[in-house]
Order: sequence, then structure tokens, then C-alpha cells
Amino acid sequence: MRYLSPAFRFVLLFTVLTGIIYPLAVTGLCQWWFPHQAEGSLVRAKGRIVGSALLGQTFTGAAFFHPRPSAAGKGYDPMASGGSNLGPTNPMLLARVQAAVARFRRDNPAFRGPIPSDLLTASGSGLDPDISPAAAYAQAPRVAQARGLSLILVRHLIGQTTQPRQLGFLGEPRVEVLRLNLALARLAPAGPATAPRSRPAM
Amino acid sequence: MTFNGVAQIVIFFLIVLALAKPVGIFLSRVFNGHRTFLHRPLRWLEALCYRVGGVDPEQEQRWTQYAISLLAFSAVSFLFVYAIQRLQGFLPLNPQHFGGKQVSPDLAFNTAISFVTNTNWQSYAGETTLSYFVQMAALTVQNFVSAAAGVAMSVALIRGFARRESKTIGNFWADLTRATVYVFLPLSLLGALFLCSQGVIQTLRPNLPVRTVQGATQVIPGGPVASQEAIKMAGTNGGGFFNANSAHPFENPTPLTNYLEMLFIFVIPAGLAYMFGREVGDTRQGWALFAAMSALFLAGAFFCYHFEQRGNPLLARMGIATQATASQPGGNMEGKEVRFGITDSALFATVTTDASCGAVNSMHDSFTPLGGMVPLVNMLTGEVIFGGVGAGLKGMLLFAILAVFIAGLMVGRTPEYVGKKIEQKEVKLAMVALIAAAASILVFTALSSVLRFPAHGYWNPPGPAAANVANPGPHGFSEILYAYASTTGNNGSAFAGLNTNTPWYNLTLGLAMFIGRFIFLLPLLGIAGSLAAKKRLAVTSGTFPTHGPLFVCLLIGTVILVAALTFFPALSLGPIAEHYLLFSRHALAAVKP
Amino acid sequence: MNAITEPASVYPSHAGPPRRLSLADATILRRAARDAFAKLHPLKMAANPVMFVVEVGASLLTVLLARGWWLGLAGNGFTFQIALWLWFTVLFANFAEAMAEARGKAQADSLRKTKSETMAKKLAGDRTESVPSSSLRAGDVVMCAAGDIIPGDGEVVEGIATVDESVITGESAPVIRESGGDRSAVTGGTKVLSDEIRIRITSNPGETFLDRMIALVEGAQRQKTPNEIALNILIAGLTLIFLLAVATLPPFAAFSVRAAGAGQVPSVVVLSALLVCLIPTTIGGLLSAIGIAGMDRVMQHNVLAMSGKAVEAAGDVNTLLLDKTGTITLGNRQAVEFLPAPGVTEAELADAAQLSSLADETPEGRSIVVLAKERCGLRGRELPDAAHFIPFSAYTRMSGVDMGRRRLRKGATEAVAEFVRQEGGTVPEDAIEVSRGISRGGGTPLVVADGPRLLGTVHLKDIVKGGMKERLAQLRAMGIRSVMITGDNPLTAAAIAQEAGVDDFLAQATPKDKLDYIRQEQAAGRLVAMTGDGTNDAPALAQADVGVAMNSGTMAAKEAGNMVDLDSNPTKLLEVVGIGKQLLMTRGALTTFSIANDVAKYFAIIPAMFAVIYPALRHLNIMRLATPQSAVLSAVIFNALIIIALIPLALRGVHYRPSSAAALLRRNLLIYGVGGLIVPFPGIWIIDVVVRALHWA
Repeated sequence: MRYLSPAFRFVLLFTVLTGIIYPLAVTGLCQWWFPHQAEGSLVRAKGRIVGSALLGQTFTGAAFFHPRPSAAGKGYDPMASGGSNLGPTNPMLLARVQAAVARFRRDNPAFRGPIPSDLLTASGSGLDPDISPAAAYAQAPRVAQARGLSLILVRHLIGQTTQPRQLGFLGEPRVEVLRLNLALARLAPAGPATAPRSRPAM
Repeated sequence: MTFNGVAQIVIFFLIVLALAKPVGIFLSRVFNGHRTFLHRPLRWLEALCYRVGGVDPEQEQRWTQYAISLLAFSAVSFLFVYAIQRLQGFLPLNPQHFGGKQVSPDLAFNTAISFVTNTNWQSYAGETTLSYFVQMAALTVQNFVSAAAGVAMSVALIRGFARRESKTIGNFWADLTRATVYVFLPLSLLGALFLCSQGVIQTLRPNLPVRTVQGATQVIPGGPVASQEAIKMAGTNGGGFFNANSAHPFENPTPLTNYLEMLFIFVIPAGLAYMFGREVGDTRQGWALFAAMSALFLAGAFFCYHFEQRGNPLLARMGIATQATASQPGGNMEGKEVRFGITDSALFATVTTDASCGAVNSMHDSFTPLGGMVPLVNMLTGEVIFGGVGAGLKGMLLFAILAVFIAGLMVGRTPEYVGKKIEQKEVKLAMVALIAAAASILVFTALSSVLRFPAHGYWNPPGPAAANVANPGPHGFSEILYAYASTTGNNGSAFAGLNTNTPWYNLTLGLAMFIGRFIFLLPLLGIAGSLAAKKRLAVTSGTFPTHGPLFVCLLIGTVILVAALTFFPALSLGPIAEHYLLFSRHALAAVKP
Repeated sequence: MNAITEPASVYPSHAGPPRRLSLADATILRRAARDAFAKLHPLKMAANPVMFVVEVGASLLTVLLARGWWLGLAGNGFTFQIALWLWFTVLFANFAEAMAEARGKAQADSLRKTKSETMAKKLAGDRTESVPSSSLRAGDVVMCAAGDIIPGDGEVVEGIATVDESVITGESAPVIRESGGDRSAVTGGTKVLSDEIRIRITSNPGETFLDRMIALVEGAQRQKTPNEIALNILIAGLTLIFLLAVATLPPFAAFSVRAAGAGQVPSVVVLSALLVCLIPTTIGGLLSAIGIAGMDRVMQHNVLAMSGKAVEAAGDVNTLLLDKTGTITLGNRQAVEFLPAPGVTEAELADAAQLSSLADETPEGRSIVVLAKERCGLRGRELPDAAHFIPFSAYTRMSGVDMGRRRLRKGATEAVAEFVRQEGGTVPEDAIEVSRGISRGGGTPLVVADGPRLLGTVHLKDIVKGGMKERLAQLRAMGIRSVMITGDNPLTAAAIAQEAGVDDFLAQATPKDKLDYIRQEQAAGRLVAMTGDGTNDAPALAQADVGVAMNSGTMAAKEAGNMVDLDSNPTKLLEVVGIGKQLLMTRGALTTFSIANDVAKYFAIIPAMFAVIYPALRHLNIMRLATPQSAVLSAVIFNALIIIALIPLALRGVHYRPSSAAALLRRNLLIYGVGGLIVPFPGIWIIDVVVRALHWA
């Protein structure tokens, strides 16, 4: 009892202090100072929320830039975040990538050379919002053709959307796919071939 | 390796180096009960804690009393966390209406042990299992206090070396309170606000379904993430709010948050190394430990970085780039985020397993064999590299004791370390700790490698336990070995392909965490008690020098040799075999270009 | 000044060659080989967990082999080879220990021969009765005349005699034993050469010095030292870890066999071989031999250590208390000059100095008599009967002679000056100044007074032993502080201290000062060693961590110390420290070597075991060993042979030269750490070549 009594008291005390007061205080301050970020950096287009700037979402069809393959649920499902967890010698990984390479070569006949390493590999979160600039440029001819835009314009758009390394040296340069696709859509609404499942939401 | 990649690693190290001394001095003052700049704003809170807890912070404890206090606190914490999980359906802040269905008894047991032992192994996916209340009142709390208890034990061990002819090693409740009030609360508060400014969410709203650009439905999750994320890193806990952990953009949205999270992991452990030197009255002793840690850290980081950047030769044959260019990262990007690329993923994997953190910003399971071996070996060596607040410095001191004992005889004197003779009792306790850790990893891995379960059994799906692995060949073995190394080391990171949410794995992993925390660390408290009671020997030129480069090399050698000798056979059947397979002509032939 | 008990031998001290036995002595080898088999008894092996594991492994394989032969199974040849080499491993380790013990036993035998039964002349009232020596009890008093063997340990209570102690010390020169003072102790088994003495027996049968000595030499009461126990725990712990690593291999391999769809789980034979290769058999096999050999080396220096712990402690010593006289300086200080006070002739001074020294048997006293003869032609005379000799004491710090009203004194400056004033005289400032000058020069001023008249000063000169300065510098490099203990005044002490190069000195030291100094050093965390002989040294000897008593000293001193120097040579302390260090270094070096060896063994055995499962693992076979069988066998053979190869090193101790700990560590880490990593690679490779050539595997 000499030890259990303080143990109980301290557990209760810290539950209140660090488990209730601390997170609620942080919540209050964050909602006050950074409401946009605290709520999930939501992105609006045409007056409605279409997603989060930080979470990738599925894009299909020739007229959109495609994100990386996602292992989260059926693809970009934030309720099932995670990677493929396939090891480097796993035949499933090799088969998946091989199929993706074939598909990519078919859809982007203009592209030559090694495929950017991020484009056909699944991210760790399954929600990666970014692709590398090279991965975007690799898709540019296809998108330009599908949208009827000049390649130069599309490449320019990619350049504008590219975020450099943070503080000049941190991380990698990247292109946020949602932002790029939204910018693209503002420039040139997609043709009928681009949205297989529903009306373009612009 | 790219210039930028090398620069990121080197700059990261330099920042840690620069922080070690000021943080060490701060910690040293806090735990000696001296005034710091936080005294004025927070002294009342410290006093309040003692009053509510009903303890006298000046009352010194023997090591046994210290250990019993720790055990009592951990036991009560365990019961709390278990109960809150199981009762989440009846508790507030549960917008997703999770209940006992999501948290089975074995999972609740595993999770409770996991968070109480500062491991934060997660057999579950946070976003679909636990309510906000559980995340806050059970898990965030343990993130604080299990880390504070870990720091307390380190401080007690340091006192063992620093004190002379003393029966006591401090007061657990005072150390626990000071660590929480002066270290973790302020650090987490600042960290949480900064993380939120970069995009980490902090909201109590329920999950938000939205329609995506192409008209699909996507659920934008909510939750008090920033507040948990900050302490998750600073307390080297590593238990993510989301399944994807620090790879999740809502936990780790930018390269800057990533850098900061890594710094949070290292800052207190690095400070503790300095504090050790300061407390024993010779800062060179602390720097020697720091140097050994640094060398191992940098070696691991560059080794991992090298193999990840070299990439997967099988994918290269298919036409995937492995060479980094200015506009794409190259290397092995499976399981990694674009914003972090190869460098920050490899660095994070090294950092999180150097310390006993276990947060991941990339999926270690998808690393190349030798790249993934770095985190594995880091844990097998006992996470002595800076080492997290839960285990680190203590592990390194354990190896220092062994190194001094084995090699110290070679200068012709009874081995001594920082003025304390290393004798029977210390060697015995150190061996108990070492054997417990090795036994936990080896025996549980062996059992899970060969056990078979009957149909309709409770413990695991029928068939071999090894069938829970996600990858064939030697990689599957690596997954099991990694799981027990991670839990025994109280790390919590995973080769996440292994399905561990079965009663068998939840139980054995839970036991491994228990052994890793208590059977490994209690002997160290015993060492602290024994050392505190000893005289401090005078230092002469005949004293075994434990502050020079020679000792640093010796210490590194001991760490590597002990781990290598214990685990080399296992490693050779896991990552080493996989590496040779991956790079053999035979494996390449299997894949058509 | 205080009396010197024995003319100390000059540095370098004689290192007791009479007892030295060659490493390769044929009788010892034969005896050791026989004992190696006797030690296979499991109960004896159990004391050594590492070798016990090897024996269990060897037994297991032997049973498997018998079963294999019975059932006519294949692969018996390999099992036989491995089992054989495991048995060799155990035997080699036993042989090492037996070798070390055999040397001690040979010495014990020669000692035991001297312990023949003698008849003692026991005093009973006024008569003596003849009784067997074994019936003597402590407290009995016996008579011993010339030619008698002293029947037991005791104290001379009456008389003076020369005694031959060569049985104990190996030193043939007779020594003087007399009642009272610090030369009263005699040892049973030694022989009276001249005169007759009465001895009070101080020990019961079976507890005599000789008995203890035999037991110590033989190792019968050998207890493991603290350090050895700690090391044993370490290697037992490592053995347990390797046991775990090997025991969990079959499940790991079973998983891998299933995953790879090829190969098989390693056999019990291979696993046993791996286990034996990994556990630290080298140090495990040699550990006790090292300890015994260390004690033995102390013995070869004619020092009797009461426990191995004392030898270990000698290695840890931080501070050496060295008596100035006999240790740092040659025992005999010489009078070199008479410096008369104003108004006194040299002859007058010489005469008084000689008179006061006639009864003074100390070397100083004698040298004054001699100098007076040389300088002034004064012959040594008999003192008149009425003269009363006042001996020197550490408290009065004067000696002299009273002849009627004439009171002659010589002694320390302050003491004599005080005496002169008490007698009503005055002390000329010049004389004091002369004394100071002598002191500053490292000499000892001996002021002579005739009642109230101060006659002048005799200059006594201390002669520091040759090589002492270098020796002390070596000690300093090893981190050992030397402290000179002297009865001299601080000025004299400082000058000699400087000349000899000691780090500190304790001037005008009383026994209590010594004790206090030791306590003070110990409180500061230092371990102290000292030598001593007198009864008043006993408390300090007991307090010191290492107390070396002179064999010539009193029983009390010998009881208090934890070592006895049979040569009674105080300089021996330095060698004892070296031996202690060498003992610990040898243990550390072989432990490091043993553990470092394991790396190569893994590279031999892992690919041999696992290449059948994952052929890609053949890349780990960096030694390019021919076949899996030859690889395993070569590793086991290497493991066994290395024990034999290291026996000489274990018995002789690693090379030791006094230097700083950092330098020692660098050197030994390079040789035994890095060397231990590298050596087995070519070693195993060569054995593999031989094994192939002989078609063993």
C-alpha cells in the first residue's frame, strides 16, 4: 500500500494532466491559431470540399496526372492507411510492378528511359499526395494530348506546381497531384474520355 | 548517395551534437532539483503533483524501493490502459462509436503492455480501432509517463555512478514528476503547435466523408493527432495515431516536420549522455559515450542509405530508375513517401531504431535486405545508440560495463568505470539483463518459426504460426525476428507485413515487451544501487582510460561483437540470405526485363 | 635512527631462483597428463561451467557414435572426428590446470620433506622434557641449542642465536634471532646454528607457518579470487547466450528449409561442434591455470601470498608506502664529516661522537666510530662499566650515553637542541644553520652535545639505491604513487625524496602517522601497499590493502600482512605489484582473445550449415573451406589446439612492461583483440588444408 497509493494517485493525476488538459489545450490553441491545418488542410473546389491537400486521392484516365499506386484499402483509403509491406524479393511485388510497368509503357508511349522510381511503387502511407517532378513530366505528353493542351503549357504547369526542397535542403522536390490536377482542370476542362465514372467535378 | 542526401544526414547529426550539451545541462539541473528557466512558470505544478501524489520528493529511496515504485506505477498504469480500452464504448469522445468488438482482450493486453513499457507496438490500426478518448486518456498519457519513467531510470543509473558510498539513488516519484512537468510537457506543447502549423491535424470532429475530384468518396480522418505526435517522438514512444504512423501525411506532413520529429527522438537521449559525464564529474566520459553512439549512428545511417539508394536490382531490370536525379529520388521507393525520398526514409529508420522509438515514416518491411537489416541490428544491439528515453543510455552503460570488464583487465587492474569497481555483482546483473533480452528474442522467434496450431483453436489461425508472415523466403523469417527484436527492445516499429493481431502473437509479443522493459532494466537499477554504495576510486594514469578514442572503439566493438555473436546465425537466415538471393544471378534470371 | 633489521640486498633484488621450475620439466608434464584424465570426473568439471558444457557435448556425441555403430548408420566417421576433438578440448583444458597445479605440488613435496618429526626440549618448570614436536601447543616453551631443529613457530623469549632459515627462504646465509624487538620470530623446521635460545611456541600443530606454506603452494585451500569469480560469471553468462543461440538454430533452420524448399536442419553433431566453438573455451579452459600460475610466480619471487586476492589487490595498488631505509636508500647511512661548533675542535667532537656511539650497533653508529678513527685516530674503546647507554627511540629521537655526570647525546637537531637547553646551555645559531645545510643537501645532521655544551654536527649521508629513480618513474607511469616513509626530519626527507624521485614523503613518521596516512589515502579512493616488519607496523600492515611483512619481522607483523617476503627485501613490493598486474592482464587478454576468435568460427560454420538451405550463403565462406564437414572439423580442431598453444602464455603470463594504462590497453587490445579476430582465419584455413590432405573429412 505504501507504493500502490502514490501509484494510483499519480496515474490519475497524469491522466488528467497529460491525457485531458494537455490535448484539450493543444486542441484549443491549434484551432485558434492554425484552424486550416488543424482541420486537415481541406481543399475546396467550386465551393465544396474535394479532399485534403495532404492526402492523395485516386485519379484515373489519360487526362489526369496519376498518383503513385496505393496499398491503402482499395486505393487512397484513409481508413486503411499503410504500405504494401511487400519485401524486395516478393514475387507479388515483382508481378505488381511488372504489370504496372507494362501499363505505363502502353499509356505513355512517348516516354523513354528508366521510369522514375516513385511512380510505380506504393508509398508507405498509401496516401502519398505527391509524385516526383520526373514522374509528373513522364505523364505530361499523355495528359497534354488527352486535354488538347500544348506540352509546353503542361510542363510549365508542372514546374509551377513543383515544391522545391523545404528550406532548400530538406526532403525531395515534389509535385502535389491534387493541386496539379485542379490547376489543370481550371485551364482546360477535360473531355468526355477523361472521367470514366462520373461527370468531371469542376 | 547524393550530395544533398549526405548533407541532410550530416547536418542532422551536427544539430544533435549542438543540442547535446545545453539539453544535458538542463536535464542535469532539473533532476538535481536545481532552478531552471522553467522553474518560475512550472514550479507550482511540480509542487501540486507531489501534494496530490502524497509523496515527499526529498525522501531518498534505495534501489529496491525505487524499483518497487516503478513497478507499482507500471502495474496501475497497465490496469488503467487495459480498462479504458475495453470500456471505450461507454466512454466519451467516441465519434466513430468503437466498442469492445474492436479491442479483443488479447489485443487490449498487448496494447496496454505496449504503451506502459514505452514500446508502442501496435497490433491494431489506430484509425479503425480506438476512440479519441482512448488515444488521449490512455495512450497519450502513457506516452508521457512511460517515457518519464524511462528517463527516471536512466537518471537513477547515472546517480549510481555519480554517488559515492550512498545507499540511495533518488526518489522515483520526484524523477517521474520532474521529467513530465519540466521536460515532456513543455517540449510536447511547443512541438505540437509547430507540427500543427505544418499541417498535422488537431481536431475532435468525427471523420469527414468528402467527394473527391473524380467523384469517389474519401473519408478525411480527424483526431487529436498533433498533441499525441509531439510526445510520441519526444518520448521515443512511436505509437502512431494512424496505422501508417509517421508516414501518414496527417502525422508527418512535410520534410521539416520529419526532421523535427527525428530531432525530438534524439534530443533527450543525446542530452542524457552529456548529463552522464557531467554528473560523474568528467564530461569527457559523457562525450565518449556520445562518440560511440555517433559512430554507430552514422555508420548505420549511411549503410542503410547506401543500400536503399542502390535500390532493388529486380525492379531495375524492369526499367525502374535506381539512380537519383534532380527530379526523382531513384533507389528503392516501395513503402516510402515522395516528400521524404530515400535519404530521410533511411535516416528516419535508423534514428527510430537507434533510439527505442519505433515510429516509422516508411515501411521497413519493403526495405532492401541490408537496408532493412540496419533497423533490425540496431534493435538487436539493444538500442544503445542515443537510445531513446526508455532504454538507451542504460543499454550503452551496460555494454560499457562489459567492455570495461573484459578489456579492463588487460591494463592489469580490477576493472573500473568512472571510478567504480566493476565486480561480481555488476557483472552478474549485467549478464542477467543481456541473457534476458537475448533469450526473449531468440526463444520467441524460434517458437513462432515452428509452432503449428490446430483447427478451431483460440491462439492463432490453424497451421503454422509462421504462416502469419506476408513475404515468402528468408524475408518471412526476418519479419518474425524483427517483431520480437522490436518488442524486446521496446521499440515498436515493425516489418508490418506480419499479422500479429492474434492471441498467440499478442501474448508473446506482450511478454517480450515485459521482459524487455522489466527483466532487462531492473538489473540495471540493481547495478545502480550497487554502484552508488561503492567508493569512488581515484583516477591515475594507471586507471583504465574510458574517455579516449581507444575506449570508444572498444565500446563499439563490444556492442557489435556481442550482438553479432548472439544473432549472426539468425541474421544469416534472414536479411543476409535474402541479400545474396536478391543479387545472385539466379534471382535476376527469374525476372524478365 | 631506527635500526635496520637485515642488510637489504641491492637492487635488482634477487628473484629466488632456487625454486624456479622449468615449464617443460618432464616429471611435471607426466604428472599433469595423468591429472588431466582424473579431472574428467563430472563433479570436478561442474566447477567450470564452460568446460562442463564441452564435456556434456563430447559425451552426447560419444553416445550418438555408439548408437550409430550399433545400428550401422552412415556418417559415423565425422561424428567420431568431432567427438574425439571435443574430448581433446576438455583434456587440453584439464592439462593446463594440471600443469599449473603440478608445479605447486612439486614445490610442496620438497617442503614437506623438511617437515620431519623432531623431538623438542619442552620446559616444564625448571626441567626440560623431550616430547615429539607434534605435541607442542601454543604457549609451550622449548629450549633450542646449536644443531637443533626448531620444533615449531614461536618467539624467542630468551637468548640470541644464528639460525639457518634456508628451508623457508632458500637463502643460505644464517640470520640472527634474539629475544625482544623485531627479530624474535622463529619458524618451525629451521635450524639453530649457534648459541641457545628459549622459544615460546605460538602455533598449534597443523597451523604452523610451514603447514600454511605447503597448503598455499599446493593450492589445497585455493579459493577463487573475487575477480576470477566475476570473470567466471561473465563466461558462464556468455556460454548461456551461445547455448540459446545454438538451441534456437534448429527451429530457425526448419523455417528456412520450408521457405527455401531445400536443405535440412543441421545435425546434432554440427550443432554441438558450433556450440563448443562459440563458448569461450580458451579462457574457460585456462582461467584457473592463470590464477594458479600467478600465485606460483609470486612464490618464485620468494613471496608467500596468503591469498590470491592479495595478489590481485597488488595489481590495483595506487600508492606504495616505501620505507626509506633499505628500500629507497641503502640501509647503512655513513658518517662522512665532523662539523664542530664554534670553539670546539674536530677531535673533541669526534671523541664525544665516538663515545656516544660505542654501544650503538646501528650502521650509523658504527660508521661514526669508524670515521672518528680515520679522521682523528681515535680507536674504538670499551665503555666504562658505569656508563649507561641510552638507546634511540622514535619519541626522544636521540641516543647517547650517561657516564657519571657526563651526559653525551647525539640525535636529531631539534631534539638535541632541546636537550641542551634543558641542561642549561645555549644553542649556537651557527650549529643550527650547519644542520639545515646538511639537511638541504639530503644528508642527515646528527647533532652531538655534551651536557649543556653543543659540540657540533656529524654529517650522515644517505645513499639512494642505484636504479631506484628509474624504477619509481616507471611506477608513476603506471599511475602508482610512491611515498617514502622516514623518521628523518622534513628537510632531510625532502632532499632524499627529490634525489630518489618519490612522489611524496612522510617525515618523522610514527607508526600512528603511517596508519593515518594509509586511512587518508584509502578514503580518497586509493589502494595502498606497504612493507613492514616490526610489531608496531602491524596495525598499518593490516590496514593496508597489500601488506608485505618481512620474514625477519615479528609474528605480529606476519599475521597482520597478507604476504610474507621470505627474503625480507622491502624492494620486492615493486615486483609483487608487477605480478599482480600481469595476472589480471593475462586473464583479460585471453578473455578478449577467446571472444574475438568466435567471429572466424561463425564464418567457417554458418555457411557449412546453411549453404544447403540457401546456396547463396556460400558467399559467407570467405575462407574457402573445402567442404561443410572439413569446415566444421577445422573450426573444432582450431578451437582445441589454441588451448594447448596458449598454455605457456597462461602459465608465464602475458608480456608485461610498466607503462600507462592507455599504452597497455592499446598494445593488448591490438594483440589480443584485433589479433584474436584475425588469427583464426588463417589458422582454420591451414587446418582445413591439412584435414583435406589427410582425408579426414
